[in-house]
Amino acid sequence: MDPLPQPSIRFVEVSRHFGEVRAVDGISLDILDGEFFTLLGPSGSGKTTCLRMVAGFDRPTAGRIVLHGADVSNLPPYERDVNTVFQDYALFPHMSVAENIAYGLRIKKVPASERQQRVSETLELVRLPGLGDRKPSQLSGGQRQRVALARALINRPRVLLLDEPLGALDLKLRQAMQIELKNIQRQVGITFVYVTHDQEEALSMSDRLAVFNHGKVEQVGAPAEIYEAPATAFVAGFVGVSNLIDGPAAQEITGSAETFSIRPEKIRIVPAETPVEGDVFTATGTAIEVVYLGMYTRYVIALDQGVELTVAIQNLEATSSDVGAVKGRRVRLVWEHAHVHRIRRS
Amino acid sequence: MLQRTSNFLYLRPKILLAVLLAPPVFWLGVVYFGALLVLLVNSFFYLDDFSGVIVREFSLRSYAELFTPANIDIFRRTASMAAAVTVASAVLAFPLAYTMARKADRRIKPLIYLSVMLPLWSSYLVRVYAWKLILAKEGVVSWVFEAGNLGWLLDRILALPVIGGPSLSISTLGMFIVFVYVWLPYMVLPIQAALERVPGSLLEASGDLGARPVETFRRITLPLAFPGVVAGSIFTFSLTLGDFIVPTVLGNSSFFIGQAVYSHQGTSGNIPLAAAMTTVPMAIMVVYLLVARKLGAFEAL
Repeated sequence: MDPLPQPSIRFVEVSRHFGEVRAVDGISLDILDGEFFTLLGPSGSGKTTCLRMVAGFDRPTAGRIVLHGADVSNLPPYERDVNTVFQDYALFPHMSVAENIAYGLRIKKVPASERQQRVSETLELVRLPGLGDRKPSQLSGGQRQRVALARALINRPRVLLLDEPLGALDLKLRQAMQIELKNIQRQVGITFVYVTHDQEEALSMSDRLAVFNHGKVEQVGAPAEIYEAPATAFVAGFVGVSNLIDGPAAQEITGSAETFSIRPEKIRIVPAETPVEGDVFTATGTAIEVVYLGMYTRYVIALDQGVELTVAIQNLEATSSDVGAVKGRRVRLVWEHAHVHRIRRS
Repeated sequence: MLQRTSNFLYLRPKILLAVLLAPPVFWLGVVYFGALLVLLVNSFFYLDDFSGVIVREFSLRSYAELFTPANIDIFRRTASMAAAVTVASAVLAFPLAYTMARKADRRIKPLIYLSVMLPLWSSYLVRVYAWKLILAKEGVVSWVFEAGNLGWLLDRILALPVIGGPSLSISTLGMFIVFVYVWLPYMVLPIQAALERVPGSLLEASGDLGARPVETFRRITLPLAFPGVVAGSIFTFSLTLGDFIVPTVLGNSSFFIGQAVYSHQGTSGNIPLAAAMTTVPMAIMVVYLLVARKLGAFEAL
């Protein structure tokens, strides 16, 4: 066996029940040292509760949380070597930016001179030099986000927890921050545990991710694994857009009634009378909806088997009038065996 | 008709604003500030000692009279009482407000609210007289001390200079107790409101950054609740400063500002001096607010 990196955080059959509600229901999970790990799921799926249990704001009702080999399940937050970036940033309004960032060092009684130096280093790291004297209320959303990040990073924790930190930012800023967060993580080399409900964010930033649903983990894996080979119907539907086909239609197309998934961008559209050969599945139908989206066009095809498939075709040369003409036509869909994934119903 | 009025006002927001603001502006401007102005004007008249007639000429005689040793004594006595009551109220109110804002669950919270507010539903005068009975020589407090064989302790306390007196019901200490009792809700509610506005995530963030609960309290909770304490102290301080009922019911012969004002405008008919005297608590409050602002109490508002 390969020597695996040391797990940074272990969830050992962790449950957190609030009365009757099972927010987290028997999760076991290993997060490796130095990786960017994302907890992805819809709201109420238990991902934030998991993060809060690592931070120490919540305690598991059953199971253990092991941080670098030590059971921390019942340790208060101030005795754990982790720091958190909060969704609402939670900056202290009565302190300046520099005082906010220096807070952790102040608590640890780090001498003032070293404190000052580390604050300016960290401000440099998050690209906010010279803003130390401002109050949080004088900053923009993106700047506050960076201050929150700096306030956590300055303590050099072994694990950084981020609770939907980009949720309040607009799209452009969010995309820029995604790249920057990833760079910072590489630079400081510590474990990032990132909570989000945004599948694109999860795919673009993570080394690995866990997909949460109803307090359970549906699948753990690298972004490409999760996207290309979703293990369950939930994962197929939640991460990206997916066509799920089952029952008689699946039987007719593939020869097996087992449910399968096929991503819209893996399907080709050819004229209905085109002969097909090779390792492909094929089906004919009518284009009932054509939506031109600039970068690509989305087609909804009603198959003769009585199901609808969504297909995405990149607009390499097509113009909007070209694609519009497809509506109502008979077409043939073709996709390769390799892109079909049998999944278990969850 | 109603629709026409609505449309008319909707299209002319300035007229709507004027209609809405007219009553309060009239009230504040004419009734409230007008009365204050009349008071101020009166304070510059003076009472002729021989005829007992108010002379309506500009003069600083009434103000000069404020600086007699007897009057300065009154101001000092009242201001110290107000300060003591304010500090005691803040110390008592904070844990209660903290419990209400942070700890109490949803079923207990309305009950605490109710018990803080309930005393305000009955007449203040009745409550003060009730306390007179509680603190009287034959009252509950003395009885409890006697029953615990601590009668000597009560006597010892009452024998102390300044705060003592013949019984708790005629003593500065008794007055202090009743003042704290009647003004406490005015301290609890602003502190509670201030604590309520501190997001829970700030406290979590502080703990996350390594601060123990005591440190979190000192560095985060207390500074952020401080404007609430100042707001509450403005109530307790100014209410004590102007009160004349509690000192009348529970005090001895040494006057408080309120009593002095009351007697000057009543029995002796010296309205100018009474008016001049009322400017003293106002001046004290202005200084108080300036100091509070200097301390940064209003920055987090």
